Amino acid sequence: MTVPKKTLMRRLHGAMFKLPLMITCEALEDFILAYLEDDLPRKQRLVFEMHLKVCRECRDYLRAYRAAMDLAKQGLEAESQVLPEEVPQDLIDAVVAARDA
Amino acid sequence: MNRSRDDDDLAALRTGDRVATERFVREHAAWMLAVARRILRDHGHAEDAVQNAFAAVFKNLEKFDGRSALRTWMHRIVVNEALMLLRKSRRGRETPIDDLLPDFDDAGCRIEDRWTTVETPESLLQQTQTRARISELIDQLPDNYRIVLMLRDIEELSTAEVAELLDMSETNVKVRLHRARAALKKLLEPLIRGQAL
Repeated sequence: MTVPKKTLMRRLHGAMFKLPLMITCEALEDFILAYLEDDLPRKQRLVFEMHLKVCRECRDYLRAYRAAMDLAKQGLEAESQVLPEEVPQDLIDAVVAARDA
Repeated sequence: MNRSRDDDDLAALRTGDRVATERFVREHAAWMLAVARRILRDHGHAEDAVQNAFAAVFKNLEKFDGRSALRTWMHRIVVNEALMLLRKSRRGRETPIDDLLPDFDDAGCRIEDRWTTVETPESLLQQTQTRARISELIDQLPDNYRIVLMLRDIEELSTAEVAELLDMSETNVKVRLHRARAALKKLLEPLIRGQAL
């Protein structure tokens, strides 16, 4: 990780996030799951969305966070498509035999 | 699968008929194996989990009350059997995930490189090697996080179900799930940014 310089924009952000109804990116982190599950009370949702409006880093982060979730789900589903003919015959035999026993 | 099909399967199975049993096993073994492999990451152990799961299904057939679909009930059973095997093989191991979590500066501002484009899953998944790479990257998550991610996001269990299966509070499940997703984002980032790995 490279630590970015304290640019004017970063300083402004830092100051802005101290205003009423504003939260820092670090505080926003705790609400992401509830936001995505539509589980935030109205006021918290408003605060969350206000932060996103003014913070490019969090908008980008959230977009990539969602993209990673989608990619993992679709990727694993595609990867683990096991066809019936790939099921070992000895597994089927063992299951059937165990039931007979 | 619809209810009448479930009823037909159950009626045939309850007679103990060997042909019906084999047909039932052939019909369900493939998807159960896929679920167990995702959790255990080992073909041999996954087969053991499926064998145990079928034994549990047969043993509890009379208790199946039909409140859920048969496949949903069997899904919970194979997940449970896979988790039991995983616990036996990796007892007590908890690995931290801190290096994969988001970075903030001392004012609490996020440190995130600019994203100009985000590759879609559809375009990325056209390549077979990308699919395999995704599995490998997910496998880099420590098990205590990977399993929560698998159960919630891939197997689509509810937070309450995951909490019960893993003997954790729902709050802990949520915290772990978010951290697992954040770590996953960092692991998959080069793919999503369209960079070669």
